[in-house]
Amino acid sequence: MNLLVCISKTPETTAKIAFKENGTQFDTDGVQYIMNPYDEWYALVRAIELKESVGAGKVIAINVGPPSNDIVIRKALAIGADEAVRVDAEANSASFVAKQVASYAKDNNIDMVFLGKETIDYNGSLVGGMLSELLDVPYLSYASNIEVSGNEATVTCEIEGGVEIVKATLPLVVSATKGLAEQRIPNMRGIMMAKRKPLNVIPPVGVEEKEAIVSYQIPEGKTGVKLVDLENMDELVRLLHEEAKAI
Amino acid sequence: MSVLVFAEAIKNQYKKSTFEVVLYGARLSKQLGTECIVLTNGNGDSASNLGVYGAQKILNFESENMHDNRMLTKVISAAVSQNGSTVVILSDNSKGKALAGRLAINLDAAVVSGAVALPNTNDGFKVHKSLFSGKAVGSYSLNADIKVISVAGNSIGLEEIGQAVSLESFDASAHSSTVSLVETKRVEGTVPLPEAELVVSAGRGMKAPENWGIIDELAGVLGATTACSRPVADTGWRPHHEHVGQTGIAIKPNLYFAIGISGAIQHLAGVNNSKTIVVINKDPEAPFFKAADYGVVGDLFDVVPRLIESLKKFKAS
Repeated sequence: MNLLVCISKTPETTAKIAFKENGTQFDTDGVQYIMNPYDEWYALVRAIELKESVGAGKVIAINVGPPSNDIVIRKALAIGADEAVRVDAEANSASFVAKQVASYAKDNNIDMVFLGKETIDYNGSLVGGMLSELLDVPYLSYASNIEVSGNEATVTCEIEGGVEIVKATLPLVVSATKGLAEQRIPNMRGIMMAKRKPLNVIPPVGVEEKEAIVSYQIPEGKTGVKLVDLENMDELVRLLHEEAKAI
Repeated sequence: MSVLVFAEAIKNQYKKSTFEVVLYGARLSKQLGTECIVLTNGNGDSASNLGVYGAQKILNFESENMHDNRMLTKVISAAVSQNGSTVVILSDNSKGKALAGRLAINLDAAVVSGAVALPNTNDGFKVHKSLFSGKAVGSYSLNADIKVISVAGNSIGLEEIGQAVSLESFDASAHSSTVSLVETKRVEGTVPLPEAELVVSAGRGMKAPENWGIIDELAGVLGATTACSRPVADTGWRPHHEHVGQTGIAIKPNLYFAIGISGAIQHLAGVNNSKTIVVINKDPEAPFFKAADYGVVGDLFDVVPRLIESLKKFKAS
């Protein structure tokens, strides 16, 4: 069973978000990067678990990005991916990434593609759907559980206010949310082995971009908190009703 | 030309967020001088309610495979080509996001997910979307003949604009599904977090899971949905689906109560688009107070019962 896991590099969760060039570019100054948590904690780990339980096949981590992303890719190998591929190009849009991954998946006999439900920077949640359409396969999104038996997967998909449990035949694409797996911390052996695992760099396929981010803004913050004495909750209720019109 | 809105009915009912996308589509169609067509799986009676929010033509289809986004993509795509639609509007929920990506490829369209306002169509076609889990907003320029937009919940205030509506049936029977539904489980009675207007959220300050009674009671009095911080979900005090924040659910309710939550940057990222924020914390230095509209400094086990009493008095008056 060959499992492909899409991994993205994102600013770490406490990174200060700022923009430069008159609000047209993300300011990377001082920003530390991590593997997108949904990709790392859930998608990657569950793919590794499934491969381990079948006892055959491999887990391939794929990333679209520059050579500086190799550190994040090596972490995926340290956690347990067998090999990695980096498409050597800037990941400028969801469709660009989806087309790179689809191109690789079509040529490499992939049974399932895993990815996080979204990246924590652009929050697009689009790559999974695009990839599924490009591959013309089912897309099970927001998966919090997946079991595979033979070539059939049973997947629990989180929907608003509940879950849908569905069955589909491989190949398919799964996006991972909390609950799909438990985070794995790479151990020393994993880190050493990761250095010897293959990380293949391949050129991108051409994509015509249809969207562009033309400017960024930081939303205006709150102007100041109005403190209410704990003895006077009637006043808080009055403010919420009359001033904030929230109740 | 037309704007096509996909409005999902669940058991012949529409959620508030679905009415929002219909209104969004209606306003956009006015802006573009075109027609607002709504594709839906409701029955005739329930679907005609969509006219209240600006639907002009309703295309009604029947399907037992609403769980399959591959099948739905084919249905929506067929409606787009039959009606010459140039914009497709979806809800930005789990299904809408999956459909947005699929449709962008299927229709060779430009796409943005999680739009927070109507597009600016004066100079090109630009849409605002929330980024970095609410820490920033980006303006996306969409440059293709067809545009696909999923609209974030609570981005548009509902308004009844009443419209005469025509109802037609739409044949979706040619599109079969390869994904079978085993079971749907829904939590009954509460509004799901992404759609909730009132949210009561609690964190580690609660000290133990058995103390949640006052949170449930406060939520009950307000008619609010409960939420929690990440540490509380990770320790299993509360279910994962209640976790709001950067790695949980990002929400933007009308009113957000943060009780015993210090306000780590990752938590704030998921909730700072809430319209009004009330923070209750015994630590006056808690960072959350800087992001709040109203604050109460005090022991939550003292403050919350007092607040419940005041709210009960208010509701009774």
